[in-house]
Amino acid sequence: MARVRQLHVNGKDFQIDVDGERSLLSVLRDDLDLTGSKYGCGEGQCGACTVLVDGVPIHSCLATVGGILRRKVTTIEGLEMDGRLHPLQEAFLKTNAFQCGYCTSGMIMSGVALLQKKPNPSEEEIVAGMKGNICRCGAYQRIVAAIKEGAKALQQGVK
Amino acid sequence: MNTPETSPISLEPERYELHAAPLYHFDLGRREFFKVLGCGVVVLFLIDAVMAQESGGGRRGGRGGQRPAEISAWLHIGEDGAVTVFTGKVEVGQNIRTSLTQAVAEELRVSVDSIRMVMADTQLTPFDAGTFGSRTTPDMGTQLHKVAAAAREALMDLAAEFLKVDRTSLVLAEGRISGKAATETVTFGQLTKGQKLLKSVSDKSAATPVDEWKVAGTSMPKVNGREFVTGKHKYTSDITRPGMIPGRILRPPSFGATLKSIDTKAAEAMLGVTVVHDGEFVGLTAPNTLVADRAVEAIHAEWTTKPQISSAELFDSLKKNAKASPERAGSAEAGTVADHKLQQTYTVAYIAHTPLEPRAAVAEWKDDKLTVWTGTQRPFGVRGDLAQAFGIPEERVHVIVPDTGSGYGGKHTGEAAIEAARLAKAAGKPVKLVWTREEEFTWAYFRPAGVIDVTSSVSNDGTITGWEFHNYNSGGSAIRSPYDVPNQKTEFHSTSAPLRSGSYRGLAATANHFAREVHMDELARVVKMDPLAFRLKNLKDPRLRAVLEAAAKAFGWGTSKAPDGHGFGIAGGTEKGGYVATCVEVSADRKTGSVKVLRAVTAFECGAVVNPDHLKNQIEGAMVMGLGGALFEAIRFENGRITNPRLSGYRVPRFPDAPAIEVVLVNRKDLPSAGAGEAPIIGIAPAIGNAICDATGIRLRSLPMVPDGLKEG
Repeated sequence: MARVRQLHVNGKDFQIDVDGERSLLSVLRDDLDLTGSKYGCGEGQCGACTVLVDGVPIHSCLATVGGILRRKVTTIEGLEMDGRLHPLQEAFLKTNAFQCGYCTSGMIMSGVALLQKKPNPSEEEIVAGMKGNICRCGAYQRIVAAIKEGAKALQQGVK
Repeated sequence: MNTPETSPISLEPERYELHAAPLYHFDLGRREFFKVLGCGVVVLFLIDAVMAQESGGGRRGGRGGQRPAEISAWLHIGEDGAVTVFTGKVEVGQNIRTSLTQAVAEELRVSVDSIRMVMADTQLTPFDAGTFGSRTTPDMGTQLHKVAAAAREALMDLAAEFLKVDRTSLVLAEGRISGKAATETVTFGQLTKGQKLLKSVSDKSAATPVDEWKVAGTSMPKVNGREFVTGKHKYTSDITRPGMIPGRILRPPSFGATLKSIDTKAAEAMLGVTVVHDGEFVGLTAPNTLVADRAVEAIHAEWTTKPQISSAELFDSLKKNAKASPERAGSAEAGTVADHKLQQTYTVAYIAHTPLEPRAAVAEWKDDKLTVWTGTQRPFGVRGDLAQAFGIPEERVHVIVPDTGSGYGGKHTGEAAIEAARLAKAAGKPVKLVWTREEEFTWAYFRPAGVIDVTSSVSNDGTITGWEFHNYNSGGSAIRSPYDVPNQKTEFHSTSAPLRSGSYRGLAATANHFAREVHMDELARVVKMDPLAFRLKNLKDPRLRAVLEAAAKAFGWGTSKAPDGHGFGIAGGTEKGGYVATCVEVSADRKTGSVKVLRAVTAFECGAVVNPDHLKNQIEGAMVMGLGGALFEAIRFENGRITNPRLSGYRVPRFPDAPAIEVVLVNRKDLPSAGAGEAPIIGIAPAIGNAICDATGIRLRSLPMVPDGLKEG
């Protein structure tokens, strides 16, 4: 089985030596101790494992680490810059857009990807863009508000 | 080995909760307290201190007045002035870490940041039966107010002595106590230095009156919120230990199946795989989860299965197997004198909690001592389960519950803890076991299914004259009608049910309110009355009236008729000290079968509000969760197998399903605070059902109501 020896995550090259068939999620969590991305279903239904690969949101539970190659992976741990939260992280705090928080990493990563594509999304666009993410605590209305808030902050250049 | 499939828990979860465990007699003397916590001031909360004193040595284990009995929480102010609170309650997203911190901050007049809340750790926190039944706010919240108030008074006494001034001239603010002169000021740390002051308080102790609250009662953000938005918070499944390896369990193909033969050679031949076969328990550890998955697949097992009933036969079976009920209330026959009689049957499907964090545990053995991190609502119960499973005393088992990825009543048990501990024992290394979603959907437990028969009578003027209500299997909580019915008979019937069932957010109350509030709507139609007017005509309870009126007002009930293809519905009720009323607007298309809840308004009253924004968050979440059970959530099963054990087969509410939600808080500062994790879920299902009927004339009496879209009834 092909081994994977390097992974680029959050701006850093990690030297690893793992079976390429392993899921990206398990390597991030178990080998790199980046546990912000969560296992929720293993079938790409809940979005808790969402990370960005070259800026595109993917389900890291379904991606094999062998398929990532040299592409750039961004996880929730990579959003904070010099101790400053990403505006969308701030927006989640401001709107209390979570309860247990287990879906939050995936929600924020999906939200970041959405805002990259649509900097000023309508409510319908947020709902459509986020429907692959489940919040079992049901904080959907707040998450929509957080994404609107985050969009506003990003557009105003608040960093 | 105590595996979940061989030890189903009680089918009557509310009673199961109430009798969850005996009170633990804590055995820590004064000296030990300070040895563990360091010098300072310690205040204990004693449950029923009078009883504890009267019962003497027997309960306290001797040695005079030194040993307090039945402590439920304690607070320590250390020599550095740091405030640490110890409670056995569990944070599962209901934000009690925040609300309990507010209670302490309120009384001690310190900033929230300076309080550390140690929760759900069987070695550090006092015994607690568990986090369920909406008891944290009314019990632990109240107790911590009293504990912190007593600590404040003790500090004031010490300050008066320290500063040599009159105690009444002292003011406490921002973690320091000051007299009139500028020089008369002292910090907590200065006062607690070298102290070994132990105080205890009881239910009779005083706390700050609600109308003087400054910190409690405000919308304090989640205290450790930053940990969650950065992904730094360590849930059980994120914990790592040196040398830790993952585990996997071989599951039987159906409930109750037993091993006929097993061949584990191929799995054992895999590098780094250790298989454990102990009776009906088969599990393994591996270097990583991929190898663990492959190794489980490589095990060849033959099973003896037994035939079991399937979803299609469920409701007939529940009624057929009903036992005579001990919970009989009322005797009058419904509808002795009546203009109209109505008899209807309502059903409720099994549903799954589906916490986004599945059951998980990390287990580590060291010198015959076991430490387990696991997400459970009953840390001390799980400690007992572990002690029993491994035949060791509870003192050698340490259970730690990190703030957990939700529970909703679904994490009372400790299966993953026991399984991880069994594997760790065999592997000689710490083991992490995270259940797959499929395991969570199959081997956890469900909200019980139920059948409810209602017979009623009503006079032409809209007065309910008779009411008979029989609940089979889904529980007795909130079974009594809050409406004024002179001839009321309610009965809960236990029965033998096919699936393992347990607690769930607002479990029986959801079923009983669905049947009752839909039936009320049906009666209103019979007498051609507005559903709200009909309810109010038959209702005296001022608290329930208040929320019905508040919800109706915010919704605009009665001000206009629903547009074509839309419908309005209302429902209300009370559960666990909370009063709730929900109004919804749905659109329902008879042709396409599509049903959408467009907006929902809930008015809620639970006494004095502790944290308005977190309370709103709970209510919004309960409404969304309730919407899932109302419209489409159902566990399907056949011959001992769950046939939809995945999120692709079991639909939970997503963004497009969530309506525009408005919450109206009715803040009763004159009433003690009740919990709010459960009650707000009870109104949404009947309100939706009533709105669907308003839109289409189709009356739906089974939860979920439209799993495959709206069909002509």
